[in-house]
Amino acid sequence: MNSSLIAWILRAIPFGTIIMFGSMGEIITEKSGNLNLGVPGIMYLGGFAGFASSYFYEKLSPNPKGWVCVLLALFCAVAASMLGGLIFSFLTITLRANQNVTGLALTTFGMGVANFFGVFILNGASYTAAPLAYASFSKKMPVLSSSFGTVSEILFSYGFLVYAAIIMAVALHFVLNKSRVGLNLRAVGENPGTADAAGINVTRYKYLATCIGAGISGIGGLYYVLDYNQGIWATTGQIEALGWLAVALVIFTTWKPLNAIWGAYLFGMLYWLYQFLPGVLGIHISSYMTDLVQMVPYVVTIVVLVVVSFRKKKENQPPASLGLSYFREDR
Amino acid sequence: MDYAVRLRHVTKTFGKVVANHDVSMDIRKGEILALLGENGSGKTTLMNMIAGIYYPDAGEILVNGKTAEIRSPKDAYDLGIGMIHQHFKLIDVFTAVENIALGLEKNEKFDLKAIEARVKEICEKYHFELDFQQKVYEMSVSQKQTLEIVKVLYRGADILILDEPTAVLTPQETERLFNVIRNMKADNKSVIIITHKLHEVLSISDRVAILRKGEYVDEIDTAEATEASLTEMMVGRKVELNIGRSEPVNPVRRLSVRNLTVYNLEDVKVLNDVSFDAYGGEILGIAGISGNGQKELLEAVAGLQPAAAGSSIEFFERGSENVAMELVGKSPRKIRNAGVHLAFVPEDRLGMGLVGSMGMTGNMLLKTYGKGHSLFTDVKAPRVMAERVKDELEVVTPSLSTPVSRLSGGNVQKVLVGREISEAPTVLMTAYAVRGLDINTSYTIYNLLDEEKRNGVAVIYVGEDLDVLIDLCDRILVLCGGRVNGIVDARSTTKEEVGMLMTNLRKEGTAREQ
Repeated sequence: MNSSLIAWILRAIPFGTIIMFGSMGEIITEKSGNLNLGVPGIMYLGGFAGFASSYFYEKLSPNPKGWVCVLLALFCAVAASMLGGLIFSFLTITLRANQNVTGLALTTFGMGVANFFGVFILNGASYTAAPLAYASFSKKMPVLSSSFGTVSEILFSYGFLVYAAIIMAVALHFVLNKSRVGLNLRAVGENPGTADAAGINVTRYKYLATCIGAGISGIGGLYYVLDYNQGIWATTGQIEALGWLAVALVIFTTWKPLNAIWGAYLFGMLYWLYQFLPGVLGIHISSYMTDLVQMVPYVVTIVVLVVVSFRKKKENQPPASLGLSYFREDR
Repeated sequence: MDYAVRLRHVTKTFGKVVANHDVSMDIRKGEILALLGENGSGKTTLMNMIAGIYYPDAGEILVNGKTAEIRSPKDAYDLGIGMIHQHFKLIDVFTAVENIALGLEKNEKFDLKAIEARVKEICEKYHFELDFQQKVYEMSVSQKQTLEIVKVLYRGADILILDEPTAVLTPQETERLFNVIRNMKADNKSVIIITHKLHEVLSISDRVAILRKGEYVDEIDTAEATEASLTEMMVGRKVELNIGRSEPVNPVRRLSVRNLTVYNLEDVKVLNDVSFDAYGGEILGIAGISGNGQKELLEAVAGLQPAAAGSSIEFFERGSENVAMELVGKSPRKIRNAGVHLAFVPEDRLGMGLVGSMGMTGNMLLKTYGKGHSLFTDVKAPRVMAERVKDELEVVTPSLSTPVSRLSGGNVQKVLVGREISEAPTVLMTAYAVRGLDINTSYTIYNLLDEEKRNGVAVIYVGEDLDVLIDLCDRILVLCGGRVNGIVDARSTTKEEVGMLMTNLRKEGTAREQ
């Protein structure tokens, strides 16, 4: 197999994992009818909380352990992101603020908070690292990652979160489509009035879906900092771009978690297309074209959106009440 | 006597509007009760209180002999009460079974197969035909209704409330529904049915209860009732109104509608072969139970609804009475510029015609900006117009730029009607112009319309209140089922006659033309 193709895949899968977490969280949120455009901010919060907790743990503990580091980072990342989701929920569900505006504000807020506190961690340096966390998160599977040559390299050379993301997507598919909770959740996003009349607690479903969704999105930020970015708190501006890509991926998947798996990897391949065009396909592009080629995932998303709208298949449309607040007294 | 539901002195108000006042009535076990009343008489509100959508302000509800607190639809289900709303509560992208499974008790195992098996039993018992895996958006209206009924039965309802179930059904579908209802009665279930169609009331119900203006009037055994007696009970005694109705002076034909047929988005014929003339200097009233084509008629004339082939709407401009202008196929803007204005007041008052977040000036601008010829919009003309409307109609507003949504309902309507009048139209169509207005403001509007009539405008007035129609209009066109069921002289007609025309479609060719 072409070595640069392998290198391309090795680049695309971790990249895809970041946005897969981001978009899985957003799929849950949007299924409840909440359009949370704060995903980039939430991923920022998750990334920062995960990094900060493991950084201080490594620094302050006399004998830091890898598994403690992982659990602590995961817990802090999810908690911080869920807090972001809770702010969004309170503003949009309880106070019925406009979802678009609130989401965008949350993105700005999350970035600001993370960068502000990041200054204290950086403490004047250009970057700070959490090497133990990186080592723990990127630890490869024993045996599988070395015994089968190329297959091992392509399939089993990643940290555990890559597999966790796939498992989570499959699990999410079953919860959404095969369980009572999933059915009720979809009903809330489609038509909260009907769900309410059927005896479903609309407010609770919206709150829980938005907060849990934010927690999952936040893991994407954590994975970016502690695995993809090798446990280094630097060049964090990239998280925002990834956050928007995650939102685009939600549309690309037509709100189906299973599509998020291959969709995320496809986005990863397309994002890194510019680096591997010469090696794999023999096409040379000038350096000033790089940014244009990196736009391809967005273009693909727009194409999908147009095609889906044209075909008008009801199942592929966004949840019918997406972006609208609900009050029972409305007549 | 075994009662399923008893209402005791139930009162419900929305703000200052009293929807139900001191209503006491009983629903017996194993009977079919028809609930009758004019629009806005509070039938649906009353039923919504039994179904847990609203909670009464005063009074109590007894279910099966015990006082019941029904605070949510879930409470109602637990008491065995199920309501089928006029607007179905179904999720479009779900299958039939998924819709039935929605919101079921947590302790019940989530097994769509088991639910499907039980649904099948219900369907066999009552002879329903239902495709369990069909998505709701692929269903016809009647299939959706069947699904709603099955859903309610699945939850074990013994008391069923059907809010205008036949409004959207064909006669065959209606007959099938009635057979189902009779089966339920045989099964000792209680059924309450709200309908405006008197012949249906007579054919299906055991007893009829009548509401008028939110109050319980009386009940009667169906066996002793006739269509005439029901109409009289429903409409009640004549209320005296003093509207300065002037005699039409020198009427000139302005609008000539011939064979107008309109299909709605679901391809249902909502207007069927409608023909009439409207004259300048007269008010033509349009009566009918809501949803019988009034809205579509006005919208078709205004160019907002496409008319089917063969329809013709001719308009005769001021000064060129002999030259007909065909309106079918013209854009709404062209029709408006020709002098045919529409002031439609929808249920929420603002939805159509006014922008809630804009002030009076801005709302005037909506209709005048097209006249400007410079690069910038001309705000002076609409401001002058807004000032004139404000002064002439005594609109109470802090300033011309205060968003109209903050004004009271009456003032909002004055702005809407005032704008349409102020440009001296040739034909002025208003629908529900006094909807939700207090009596004083209503009279202001009536007198405004009468003034327009004296100015030679052809006024078309769609209204709900028969007393007003009879006192204000010169002629009344009655729509029933999208057809012209008669055009009567308002000065010589009676409320009973109009009421009969509204509810009973006459046989072809017997409609009294004038």
